[in-house]
Amino acid sequence: MQIQPILAALRRHRLAVFLIAMEIAMACAILCNALFLVFNRVDMMRINSGVDESRLVVVSLQGVDETQAGDLVARLRAGFGGLAGVESVAVANAAPFTQRAGEIGFRLLADDMHYNQQGHFYVAGPNFASTLGLTLASGRWFTPDEYGPIGEFLPRTPSVMVDAAYAGELWPGQDPLGKQVYSDKEAYRVIGTYTSLMRPDPSPGARHNTLLLAGLPGRHLSDVYVLRTTPEQAQRVWKQARALVARMAPTVVVDLPHSGPMSDLRRAYFAADRAMAGLLIGVIGLLLGITALGIAGLASFWVQQRRRQIGVRRALGASRRDILRYFQTENFLIVSGGIVVGMTLAFGLNLALMRVYELPRLPWSYLPAGAVALWLLGQLAVLGPALRAAAVPPVVATRSV
Amino acid sequence: MFGYYLDLALRSLRRNAVLTALMVLAIAVGIGASMTTLTVMQLLSGDPLPGQSTRLYYPQLDPETGADVRREPPPLLDYISAQDLWRSGKADRQTMIIDGGIKVQPQAGQSPFIANTVGTTSDFFPMFRVPFRYGSAWSAADEAGAARQVVISEALNQRLFGGADSVGRRIVLNGSSVQVVGVLDHWRPRPRFYLLAGARHSGGNTSYFFGPPHDVYLPIRTALDINAGNFGWYTCWAKPEPKNLPQAPCESVALWVELDTPARVADYRRYLQGYDAQQRAMGRLTHPANVAMMSLPEWLAYQNVVPGDVKLQTWLAFGFLLVCLLNTVGLLLAKFLRRGGEIGVRRALGATRGSIFLQCLTESGVIGMLGGILGLALTLLGLWLVRQQPVEYADIVALNVPMFLLTVALAIVAALLAGVVPAMRASRIPPALQLKTL
Repeated sequence: MQIQPILAALRRHRLAVFLIAMEIAMACAILCNALFLVFNRVDMMRINSGVDESRLVVVSLQGVDETQAGDLVARLRAGFGGLAGVESVAVANAAPFTQRAGEIGFRLLADDMHYNQQGHFYVAGPNFASTLGLTLASGRWFTPDEYGPIGEFLPRTPSVMVDAAYAGELWPGQDPLGKQVYSDKEAYRVIGTYTSLMRPDPSPGARHNTLLLAGLPGRHLSDVYVLRTTPEQAQRVWKQARALVARMAPTVVVDLPHSGPMSDLRRAYFAADRAMAGLLIGVIGLLLGITALGIAGLASFWVQQRRRQIGVRRALGASRRDILRYFQTENFLIVSGGIVVGMTLAFGLNLALMRVYELPRLPWSYLPAGAVALWLLGQLAVLGPALRAAAVPPVVATRSV
Repeated sequence: MFGYYLDLALRSLRRNAVLTALMVLAIAVGIGASMTTLTVMQLLSGDPLPGQSTRLYYPQLDPETGADVRREPPPLLDYISAQDLWRSGKADRQTMIIDGGIKVQPQAGQSPFIANTVGTTSDFFPMFRVPFRYGSAWSAADEAGAARQVVISEALNQRLFGGADSVGRRIVLNGSSVQVVGVLDHWRPRPRFYLLAGARHSGGNTSYFFGPPHDVYLPIRTALDINAGNFGWYTCWAKPEPKNLPQAPCESVALWVELDTPARVADYRRYLQGYDAQQRAMGRLTHPANVAMMSLPEWLAYQNVVPGDVKLQTWLAFGFLLVCLLNTVGLLLAKFLRRGGEIGVRRALGATRGSIFLQCLTESGVIGMLGGILGLALTLLGLWLVRQQPVEYADIVALNVPMFLLTVALAIVAALLAGVVPAMRASRIPPALQLKTL
């Protein structure tokens, strides 16, 4: 296939070629960035909470009267534990996908008063690890005598556990066991790490920066109950747990947006992300559709316009395949031109987005993906008109218009 | 003449129905996408208090005493600073705001619920032009005496009293009985501008700030008396005593001042700096001076309150519109040049370049008109889709008259712009050359 004649023909339609190439360039820039945004959202939506979500039911309470909290916790724990299908019950200050409750700045050095670190401190009673399905990464779990009553915010027990990956960030290359974290006047010593426990409100910048303290359920630890059951029974257990609260503690409010089977809480938590990802996919689809229609429209005009030339070529011995190839190559050249400009635009757009929305840099791999998609789209769009061109009979050459 | 062009345009469009449909569709989809996002953007970025917003100012200082020093002053004040500034009465009006949840116990037999609550001062209502349906705010004397009085929102009045005039009735809030003195009329500021702490650092997830305003309004001292443990703070620089917000080493109070003239603004700025300097001289504040005072529009911009997703959608939609326009330009170009012969004949029969140009523009204008009408339908569809989204502002999204007119105008302007270059090209076709090929 010779390219020179195609280029010569394109030079006669400079403006139209430029326009369609610019359209493809814009489409390429938007496509790459939109795909990247979708990927980021989906990545966030698939975050690993580290717990057995499908087996867990969360009941978050509000408006618990402090003077009666101790008694209420004891009764609710017994009540929840007595529901059919509930294997265990844990009481905590928060759970994944509930309201955050222990966001605290801390220090790694006793005498440096700068609070350089910030994490979510889960405070939880016995059973928390086994109920949620946490696994030990190093060190040990809390012993029963380490569970103490809660002071004002945190228990005074000096032992703390840390998310294993987070510990790696806090003390890179070192064994976290035995290390100390400081907050206000308290010092906590790391006795163990667990493989993974997500913070209650994950965001792209903060996902697993969690620590775990041992506290006894009671006066200041009475709000969040995690029930372990089987995936099939989760919905029923949630309904019964809600009815149980209404019966046993009619003056307490169940915080509905933060209560329910944990898989439902996850779905609700990412509802906006899911909607945005859907919208972006919709935009991508429309964008590709419009671009394809534009290419097809212009190509069929050119085919109509060149019917006589095509006829002449056919009469001079060009095969159908040659004509088909001609239009396909022409399209390939135009799309390639658009893609070259589009890649630059894609990076420019990404830089603008990065400045405005704290987005990460667009990885290189999106460019070839976008390019391939547009090449395929171009070939697909031009196929119809090109086939029609190939079907032009040689006899056209002998007719005048 | 225009009638003739219109007739020619319609004939030409009909001759090539598929291509016409394609161009109309491209413009309609581009217009639909961009007008949907522009409508949402306009709804969310408008002035929440036209006429009043530039008179409202938000004083800030850095009350922290820890080792870490912030670059920007925190978005809320500590209670002591806020109380001092409020009590000084140096502004034309001033109000303090704290917020939290309070347990509302309806009639026996109904389950309790948590209502969004602010503790504030009586100037809140006139400063923010909050409309009353029944009754009024509490009096200054009641405020000073921490009277058990409350103003409730239209929504809460509906829920508790079925919308009846409930002034004088009592409700139980967190175990305390308080008397309703006022019921608000419909009030849906967007965003909930009076409390924006945290928006700036939320990574663009500001949908929350576009939800309905608070349901319960209490005098600030009453609020602290009956609901002490349930008022939040933005952040603390040392460990606070529980339930002691006034003494807590925490930022928890928004202070707004109304200043009616530029001279008053300058005076207040000086006063604020003086207060900050005096407090540092006394040793209560230890960080370097970091005082700011933004007007409400500046504060909204600083807090980046328009959701990141919405801005992103708007960018995307206009990029999309551009693609659609490029598409239309290409197709129009092909179409006009294809009619070279016809144009050649008209030129040979005496039509000027100008009239060819106008004829071509008329044709693209008709395409724009059709695209606009279809685009309007797509905009309505797009807005319906936005209303189905799980966002706090879903209920306020609707097309208004200016946006309706803008949609049609934008479509026609876009199509005319798309038509300019092809029309110019077409009008430059030399008559003789084209006639020869006929």
